[in-house]
Amino acid sequence: MSRTESVARTNGTKASKAAKPNKVGAAAEWADDRLGLATLAKKNLRKVFPDHWSFMLGEIALWSFIVLLLTGVFLTLWFRPSMVEVVYDGSYSQLRGIKMSEAYASSLHLSFDVRGGLLMRQMHHWAAMVFIAAMMVHLLRVFFTGAFRKPRELNWVIGSLLLLLGTLEGFTGYSLPDDLLSGTGIRAADGFMKSMPVVGTYMSFFLFGGEFPGDSIIPRLYTIHVLLIPGILLALIGAHMLLLVYHKHTQWPGPGRTEQNVVGYPMLPVYMAKAGGFFFVVFGVLGLMGALLTINPVWRFGPYNPAEVTAGSQPDWYMGWPDGALRIMPNWETHLWNNWTLSWNVFLPIIVLPGLMFTIVMMLPFLEQWITGDKREHHLLERPRNAPSRTGLMVALMTFYAILWMAGGNDILAIKLKLSINQITYFNRAAVFIGPVIAFFITRRWCISLQRADNDKLLHGLESGVIMRDAQGGYTEKHIPLPVDKAYTLTARARDEVYVPDSEADENGVNAPGARLNKLRSRFSRLWYGDNIQKPTKAELEEGHHHAELEEAHDAPLEGHAADGHQFDGRHDIEDEHLSRQHD
Amino acid sequence: MRLITSLIRRTVGRLSAGRRSRLAAPLVLLLGLLITGGMYAALSPASATKAADEDQVAKGRALFLVGCASCHGKNAEGITTVKGGQYGPPLVGVGAAAVDFQVGTGRMPLAQPGDQALRKAPVYDQDEIEALSAFVASLGPGPAIPEKSEYDYSKVSNEEMVRGGEFFRTNCTACHNFAGAGGALPRGRFAPSLNGVSAKHMYEAMLTGPQQMPVFSDQVLTPEDKLQIISYLKKNEATPAYGGFTLGSLGPVSEGLFAWLVGIGVLVGFAVWIAANPARSTRKKPTA
Repeated sequence: MSRTESVARTNGTKASKAAKPNKVGAAAEWADDRLGLATLAKKNLRKVFPDHWSFMLGEIALWSFIVLLLTGVFLTLWFRPSMVEVVYDGSYSQLRGIKMSEAYASSLHLSFDVRGGLLMRQMHHWAAMVFIAAMMVHLLRVFFTGAFRKPRELNWVIGSLLLLLGTLEGFTGYSLPDDLLSGTGIRAADGFMKSMPVVGTYMSFFLFGGEFPGDSIIPRLYTIHVLLIPGILLALIGAHMLLLVYHKHTQWPGPGRTEQNVVGYPMLPVYMAKAGGFFFVVFGVLGLMGALLTINPVWRFGPYNPAEVTAGSQPDWYMGWPDGALRIMPNWETHLWNNWTLSWNVFLPIIVLPGLMFTIVMMLPFLEQWITGDKREHHLLERPRNAPSRTGLMVALMTFYAILWMAGGNDILAIKLKLSINQITYFNRAAVFIGPVIAFFITRRWCISLQRADNDKLLHGLESGVIMRDAQGGYTEKHIPLPVDKAYTLTARARDEVYVPDSEADENGVNAPGARLNKLRSRFSRLWYGDNIQKPTKAELEEGHHHAELEEAHDAPLEGHAADGHQFDGRHDIEDEHLSRQHD
Repeated sequence: MRLITSLIRRTVGRLSAGRRSRLAAPLVLLLGLLITGGMYAALSPASATKAADEDQVAKGRALFLVGCASCHGKNAEGITTVKGGQYGPPLVGVGAAAVDFQVGTGRMPLAQPGDQALRKAPVYDQDEIEALSAFVASLGPGPAIPEKSEYDYSKVSNEEMVRGGEFFRTNCTACHNFAGAGGALPRGRFAPSLNGVSAKHMYEAMLTGPQQMPVFSDQVLTPEDKLQIISYLKKNEATPAYGGFTLGSLGPVSEGLFAWLVGIGVLVGFAVWIAANPARSTRKKPTA
């Protein structure tokens, strides 16, 4: 073998050729040459995501949205968004021969005469219910763990918009089949619009193309339902996910996890499998629900007729809370010059309240940031107990929501729990104001107590439940020292800093700009943080450890004395230990 | 012709001659009473006592005195409370149909005072219900128990059944719900579920308007309309639940409950399960 041959086969004048790649590689190379995907993929396929069950709640929403798209496309193939009057002559004999809109007739056709149609309808509806529910659970997770803090405030805003649009999308879908229930819903929406002073009537006539019901509302809602809102939803979901990739996912604190890194598994293959598998789980669960549980049996309701209404007419759950507000609202009206009616009874609960609540939810990150003055970036999550006021605030909002929910289902509660619908209404009228306040303070104190418990663990260790009796007859409880990694995790949080404004006036007695606002802010900050329990200082921890050493020294003489059960004091390996049987 | 006129004239003249007789006035009175009585017996409503039913009425009265009189009064005249409310309403004129419905569905006798009488297993057997109905019917005219032919829905055509559905949605769903599953009314009262109610009792309920229900008299809903409504409800009972488990047919509230409990509940469970399994193939957890 020549010297050249040991390095390369040839040293010819022509350039050497790479070995022929396999077929998959060839296809990938073909694509990469034209699309330049490799650079993108190289970075993102190895992107690391942290692992925790609560990080998969948003995924439920994403996957149910995919199911919505798939089943929705199927439904559009048969559904006819038309209010033209037809005579039904399909399979469902209870309605055969009745005049109805083409929209309702095609919904019945889809349910009874299209193979798999009813399954698709029910899957679509269940997926919608789960989609919005998952968005809300995801929102709660993000808020409770502080994942909305800088730099993720805008993603919070996008998420809130998704929730709002999802709700509107759900309402338009609910209105399409033109059965008695959906028609009642549209009628209610017409009333809500008309409750708006001055513009209400004009808006209603604009939307309905004349007086309610007209013949254009269903085609219009259809366009909004299958084109406009899904388009915006898709765009916002895209932005939401891009920002997620850009910001990187938040993670729980722990050994090795910092504000600068992400500890977890790579996208490929781990999350590709986990997330992909979860898609099929979501699809399967929604498929089972669609197959086994009736949802919106349009054939039982009959065609919409403005002269009819049915008991149990409610919106889907996500509109239940404004409906509840409407149900408990006193019947206040103002008549201006005997000519103009202001319907506070409708306008306040159904137009003002949801708008106000949505604004509050969207502004929550900015509100908290203003109060705390915290402008740092946060990639490590906070346990809910370590932000007692924040946790309390969200629980208060949840209580408010839940009480209005209850009010929205007051008639079902009345018949199922054998209560008086009037008493439920009176209770809810008071509870909607008192409940959130009580919930706030209970939650806040609860969190603070849990913080105390954490500090006890850090300073004294875990309670073992083993009581030692020394020679003098004194009793002590043995404490198990906290493992170092647990102690690290518990202390991996910053101390809360109550905002203190700079001195109000400079040496010349000139007030600092915005001094009054700063004073208000510092008062809020004190309320927000004031009662929180801070993690122990280094000195306190050292004293705690010292104390533990003394305790151990105190217990040392007791070692080896057979006090049955003491071998399980947590300081020893207990593999071969067992209780002696000398007692019996 | 002359002969007839002269005959009439002679007869009238003879009668006229006796009109000042002492017996004339009592005789006319007697005749009037006989005609009125006879006409009444022939043409009065069927609920008036028939001789053959007298045993029934006596038996019903005996049962009534034991089981009903403490609230409704010994002669079913009703009992008012000190405040002027009704302890038990008068039953004069409610008719046999009302008794057959209230007692036949177990609502009467009441187990306890409350917002509304609840349906339960009947306390009286069929003979006793008939006796009680006969007794209450004897107190005054009211709707009778419908004949079987009136509520026999087996011969109703599909077209008529569909029409019954229209009547049902117009008149009944506002309280009884779209599927007849029942609904709430003010102050703890409610419209009960219509599922499993016999055709006769449905008919009687429309006819007599028990508890909170309005009376749908034969002028409002003709007997044919009533029969068609019944046939629509019975058709629904016989129809399988096409969508699967119905969740009580209560509308969107129970659907929302299932979306959260089953949908979100199961999916979060799966999320916990997926996150709990480490990515590595070894299932054994590293010892801490």
